[in-house]
Amino acid sequence: MARMSTNSSTPLDHIRNFSIVAHIDHGKSTLADRLIQSTGGLAEREMSEQVLDSMDIERERGITIKAQTVRLHYKANDGETYVLNLIDTPGHVDFAYEVSRSLSACEGSLLVVDASQGVEAQTLANVYQAIDNNHELVTVLNKIDLPAAEPDRIKEQIEEVIGIDASEAVLISAKTGLGIPDVLEAIVQRLPAPKSEGGEKAPLKALLVDSWYDTYLGVMVLVRVIEGRISKGQTIRMMGTDAKYTIERVGVLTPKMVAMDSLGPGEIGFITASIKEVADTRVGDTITEDKRPTAQALPGFKPAQPVVFCGLFPVDAADFEDLRSAMGKLRLNDASFSFEMESSAALGFGFRCGFLGLLHLEIIQERLEREFDLDLIATAPSVVYQLYMTDGTMRELHNPADMPDVVKISEIHEPWIRATILTPDDYLGGILKLCQDRRGIQIELTYVGTRAMLTYDLPLNEVVFDFYDRLKSISKGYASFDYQITDHKEGHLVKMSILVNGEPVDALSMMVHRMAAEKRGRDMCEKLKELIPKHMFKIPIQAAIGGNVIARETISALRKDVTAKCYGGDATRKRKLLDKQKAGKKRMRQFGKVEIPQEAFIAALKMGDE
Amino acid sequence: MTAVPFDMRPSFTPDLSDPGFGIYVHWPFCAAKCPYCDFNSHVRHQPVDQPRFVQAFLKEMATMRRLTGSRTVTSIFMGGGTPSLMAPETVDAILNGIARHWHVPDGIEITMEANPSSVEAERFRGYRAAGVNRVSLGVQALNDRDLKFLGRLHDVADALKAIRLARDIFPRMSFDLIYARPNQTVEDWDRELKEAVSYAVDHLSLYQLTIEEGTPFYGLHKAGKLIVPDGEQSAVLYEATQEITEREGMPAYEVSNHARPGSESRHNLTYWRYGDYVGIGPGAHGRLTTGGAKIATATERKPEGWLSLVEAEGHGMVDQELLEREAQADELLLMGLRLKEGIDLVRWQALSGREPDPAREQFLIEHGFIERLGNSRLRCTPAGMLILDAVVADLAC
Repeated sequence: MARMSTNSSTPLDHIRNFSIVAHIDHGKSTLADRLIQSTGGLAEREMSEQVLDSMDIERERGITIKAQTVRLHYKANDGETYVLNLIDTPGHVDFAYEVSRSLSACEGSLLVVDASQGVEAQTLANVYQAIDNNHELVTVLNKIDLPAAEPDRIKEQIEEVIGIDASEAVLISAKTGLGIPDVLEAIVQRLPAPKSEGGEKAPLKALLVDSWYDTYLGVMVLVRVIEGRISKGQTIRMMGTDAKYTIERVGVLTPKMVAMDSLGPGEIGFITASIKEVADTRVGDTITEDKRPTAQALPGFKPAQPVVFCGLFPVDAADFEDLRSAMGKLRLNDASFSFEMESSAALGFGFRCGFLGLLHLEIIQERLEREFDLDLIATAPSVVYQLYMTDGTMRELHNPADMPDVVKISEIHEPWIRATILTPDDYLGGILKLCQDRRGIQIELTYVGTRAMLTYDLPLNEVVFDFYDRLKSISKGYASFDYQITDHKEGHLVKMSILVNGEPVDALSMMVHRMAAEKRGRDMCEKLKELIPKHMFKIPIQAAIGGNVIARETISALRKDVTAKCYGGDATRKRKLLDKQKAGKKRMRQFGKVEIPQEAFIAALKMGDE
Repeated sequence: MTAVPFDMRPSFTPDLSDPGFGIYVHWPFCAAKCPYCDFNSHVRHQPVDQPRFVQAFLKEMATMRRLTGSRTVTSIFMGGGTPSLMAPETVDAILNGIARHWHVPDGIEITMEANPSSVEAERFRGYRAAGVNRVSLGVQALNDRDLKFLGRLHDVADALKAIRLARDIFPRMSFDLIYARPNQTVEDWDRELKEAVSYAVDHLSLYQLTIEEGTPFYGLHKAGKLIVPDGEQSAVLYEATQEITEREGMPAYEVSNHARPGSESRHNLTYWRYGDYVGIGPGAHGRLTTGGAKIATATERKPEGWLSLVEAEGHGMVDQELLEREAQADELLLMGLRLKEGIDLVRWQALSGREPDPAREQFLIEHGFIERLGNSRLRCTPAGMLILDAVVADLAC
């Protein structure tokens, strides 16, 4: 770790703390890279594409999952050197909680909008969060070098849709570097410096912004100092958990780790303090000095709650313990993901996992498979239902397999969301139909030029089932979508079971709205008919609600399967084939007399191909 | 070896306790490669040095003889490739070689494969004089359009001429047909098969066209340019085949082989009854019991490579696999259930060390796919034969 000689903290008026809010692909990470590069945070040879997105998945998908922070030193036109702390935030709806806590550590934001595409649904969601956090905004129009760029039209659109003044928008191309000095200058001139009521002398009051696990240093905690100083060797207390720690390291990220002796008011940096697990730190907590505590804790955040659940099972039952340890490791860094053991007749032992959303689910699954080399089966995603029982109690249902006897339930409530969809006019018809089909209730439909902005209330359960994929395909990728969970409402929901040759297959059961059950049942039966290989007898596949069959398909019996020629020279080849078949049968799951290959489960449970 | 007397028709006794001991000799050359064939066959544009191959065959026999010890041969089969491209002297030398190394009783079945296009009366007489007493002709179809499609070098007239000649010269004769061709209807096949039966002597091999990987047909099929009958249609064709041949007195005794009772191929029965057989020549496979163990042998497939191996080492074997008892049990099952007579369960149990899974067996019996004969034989029913590969996979687990 490099070491900085300076001990005296930067004066408040020479600090700017800011975030960048943008829609996916509008160039947020590229802009961050440019800012780091042009202020000398990293030498040219150290720059890899999108420095702040350090996970492979982040770089590949062009998304930010974990908030990242970087401290820049910028010599402004007024001759003064300023410390700029950038907190890069995730753009995706699933990680809205990361966005909100990052924003609360800053005073201003750069609002980055693609100069040809304009405002998108995520731009809106994030910019409103920034406004809620009393941020000053600097509008930046990116990709100005592209022939399709229409800065004037987009400025108008920003004013119309978001309602902020965009006349002084900075025009840039993060790709070519055009306009980057103007952005830096705007940060210094137009964003406010942090305030500190008590200043440096007051008792320590710092916000716990984030924490993560570093292989070498253990748990690292990102802090924003509000008042007082946080120093190496200091004994601190987490006001929420009441845990005490002695600080081992204090530092900043440039984005390299640079050790400091202390951090003062308005500054952002990290500390390490022999904290064992990320779960021991509570994001939003207030950090103070143990012997001289601050009087008033910060308001804090609501912890993120999982909203989507699914079962994850190892393809090979022998990998169960590996899966358990891999999940434990991932959770070290992502406290928002939860898991508990589950067993299924179809899939064996696995875990019921909770996620912040579908993207979060996909990312965790992908990381488990990629970083831990596991083959996984994921069951259909489910939301959290509230079951109001006839005895007056309420219980939450995370897994359709746990559905109690319907006669004991008086009402089932499901989570609803408010969705914002922005789409070119051409696709509006298809999207309206999709929302109607998914039990949506239209709240608002307005136009911004040729783009429609739709607000819909939708049951989350309809959204976790391939809604996003359908939306993308209907709009050829042009529509953008964002949502917030609003409340729970009663719904006519039923548990649909799938029976193969008369045997229920637990992993395929799902909660559906009664009106959608027939279609979903038909789709599932048709899919399974394609996926389950023919057997020596015919196999009925049924979708049922309770004892009522609502859809049915039949797999016809195997008609002919015999090798025509088999002589002395073929015995070896046939035997090896038989060995393969035997091994294949081990990977099959037995349901009564029917063997279902695991590949069939994987394909049947795959979301999104209709 | 002394020639088998002309008039002595080899007798066939279905002795289930003795699977026999056969010698297979592979002649790896063809005049042209057929687009459906994945056998070890090679086309050479220079004349093949037959005396050199004879020397190699003899040398390899000597090695095999050391492995098998002294045994009595129950059948000899010359396959290919196209063995009828061999000169009668070559065949004579091979048969004499076999008789020098093992005990070859008079009258055992000695089969040679022949193509109608490579038939000459002179050569047939020569083969007969060398001791061949059964010929198997690759007729494949009885209409010129399909023969062309199958890439055959002969036409129907050639085939009929070859059949007549073979009937005159050899005591026993079989020929092959390939069916379930693209667009073939049951009516087409019914007519063709009845005609075939009228030419048959005592044996017919009727194969459904199979698309094998690595063949020109495989590429065409994958590209959608060759469409073969689907499961239902091929099942209907198979059932029609069983019905017609049964009615005509040539019922199936194996999946694709039909004979007048008593005229089954002794040699092929050895494979299916899982007896021992020696494989000589390029790409030949063998199953030998030696020192109490059963080994699977396989020789180098490339003719020239095999030749130099044999000349250098005395044999062309590139693989000698010791077969575990479980592997033997699997082979016994997958070969044996192809036969109408089924398998000897006592023998299978001795190898596998277990009974068939009672639940699986019960299930297969209830669905009419297998049946027990007495208390030690198990066989497929006609319905089971149609899905034999699935039945075998079920029983082997």
